[in-house]
Amino acid sequence: MEISELQKVASQVRRDIVRQVHACQSGHPGGSLGCTDLLVGLYFDQMTLKSDESGKRVFDMNGTGEDLFFLSNGHISPVFYSVLARSGYFPVAELATFRKLNSRLQGHPTTHEHLEGIRIASGSLGQGLSVSIGAAQAKKLNNDNSLVFCLMGDGEQNEGQVWEAAMYAPHHKVDNLVAFIDLNGQQIDGPTEKVMNNRDLGAKYEAFGWKVITMQGNDMADVVSVLNQARELSGNGQPIMVLMYTEMGAGVDFMMGSHKWHGVAPNDEQLAAALAQLPETLGDY
Amino acid sequence: MKKYTFTEKKDTRSGFGAGMQVLGQTNPNVVALCADLIGSLKLDAFIKENPERFFQTGIAEANMVGIAAGLTIGGKIPFATTFANFGTGRVYDQIRQSVAYSNKNVKIACSHAGLTLGEDGATHQILEDIGLMKMLPGMTVINPCDFNQTKAATIAVAEYEGPVYLRFGRPVVPVFTPADQKFEIGKAWMVNEGTDVSIFATGHLVWEAIQAGEILAEKGINAEIINIHTIKPLDVEAVLASVKKTGCAVSAEEHQVNGGLGDSIAQVLVQHHYVPLEYVGVNDSFGESGTPAQLMEKYGLNAASIVEKALKAIERKNA
Repeated sequence: MEISELQKVASQVRRDIVRQVHACQSGHPGGSLGCTDLLVGLYFDQMTLKSDESGKRVFDMNGTGEDLFFLSNGHISPVFYSVLARSGYFPVAELATFRKLNSRLQGHPTTHEHLEGIRIASGSLGQGLSVSIGAAQAKKLNNDNSLVFCLMGDGEQNEGQVWEAAMYAPHHKVDNLVAFIDLNGQQIDGPTEKVMNNRDLGAKYEAFGWKVITMQGNDMADVVSVLNQARELSGNGQPIMVLMYTEMGAGVDFMMGSHKWHGVAPNDEQLAAALAQLPETLGDY
Repeated sequence: MKKYTFTEKKDTRSGFGAGMQVLGQTNPNVVALCADLIGSLKLDAFIKENPERFFQTGIAEANMVGIAAGLTIGGKIPFATTFANFGTGRVYDQIRQSVAYSNKNVKIACSHAGLTLGEDGATHQILEDIGLMKMLPGMTVINPCDFNQTKAATIAVAEYEGPVYLRFGRPVVPVFTPADQKFEIGKAWMVNEGTDVSIFATGHLVWEAIQAGEILAEKGINAEIINIHTIKPLDVEAVLASVKKTGCAVSAEEHQVNGGLGDSIAQVLVQHHYVPLEYVGVNDSFGESGTPAQLMEKYGLNAASIVEKALKAIERKNA
């Protein structure tokens, strides 16, 4: 897809994010907005995904023969739900049910409600990289040469399980795995360097044996280019880690650059101000 | 009292290893993971015959559970293995979110459960794992009683679709169940039909219950002994049919009385058919170092304790 077309999708996804969070007055807009370009780049350009003969998106849990994406930092569910709906997994209108009673769009993603496109529950942090490794190793056993992608937060790097997984993947040469860390420098209690300093994540992952590359996560051209680079680097005996520099709240000026909008919903006025900055490109739900 | 004899003693974990060897040969989707305890889990044969289907995780149980969940996406049937303490309590949230809530076809298969782990002491002797696992929605909990039953259970859980906790142990114990048994998940096994008291036993306590039954028979008491190898889902029908006949019951398990098999039975009794119930289990205590036999005696997990509780249950019934 052309970069300009991907940017149009991203604008609509950002509208979906702030509208979902506003409608239930809860959820996590900041990280969702920051990771929008990556998820759009993955689902609308990079990933090979299954469709039926009529072009309709189909979902099966095993995902054999298609690329898989796992969201480890499950709190940014609004961007995940929007991208899944906009790429055809379930009706866009269902976004209106986000975080409401009897919805399939739970606060954090789950397979429990059988929402198409979701393969694991996430929300309790630090587990997605392990799950992604397992899915990647299953692909190898199945002689399936498609890729597994996994997104984590930078605050999430505080979790010990992440480092168990970081040690395992290079040891077992899980080279069909591309992981991303959303480096927005923010977590709930403040800047990551003040809450728990991750210091040099690139040096850490390199020392563990990963191939580390970087991405400007809010520059769609760079997102597309680095995703292509990551695929080219796969299959060389090393897992790939993409340090993705983003701005929390990207696309909505007053939500950017602060941890304040990690888990806060906009009021009516703020919603209007946010939507005024985000052109409606594919039609609101 | 039906007569049970044994010609050899074997550890239940070797039953697991034997079951895994069969699965390695018969089910290409079965894979195994282990957190640096291959020898203890008796996985050598499976690994030797299927090296590409084994994943060494190192001493990293949380990661192991997550990888197991991921392997199911792709159709694998992973057995995540370690000691029961590290495979349940240490990784409760990983099992809760990535396995149970995500409804993944992961088998958490753990050895060295309970006091009979022995000399390593309380840090390793988990007595809370049945309770932890049975509380998780959708989790099946199985605690077989000897080598043959553990082997059969291992093969059976691979055929069952859904998360399972399979619990077994370290010491050698009598092998008294048939080698060719068919293991039915959720179906209690009638060890001995009786009329005076129901003894519901699981795991290593089943053999002790049989010994207790013989002692009670000498006293003229006809004990019904039922092996509850599947704690969840509990065979409610078998429990009720038995207590309606005997009018009192004893539960016996190598586990805390809080939250174990006995509590599952008590729920059934208070809701459907109240009879006196006496518990044989560890009473709100940690274990300690010692030989398995010494510990089972000190903490009251043996035939003598079962006899004592059976007599008490009968006394309460007749009061």
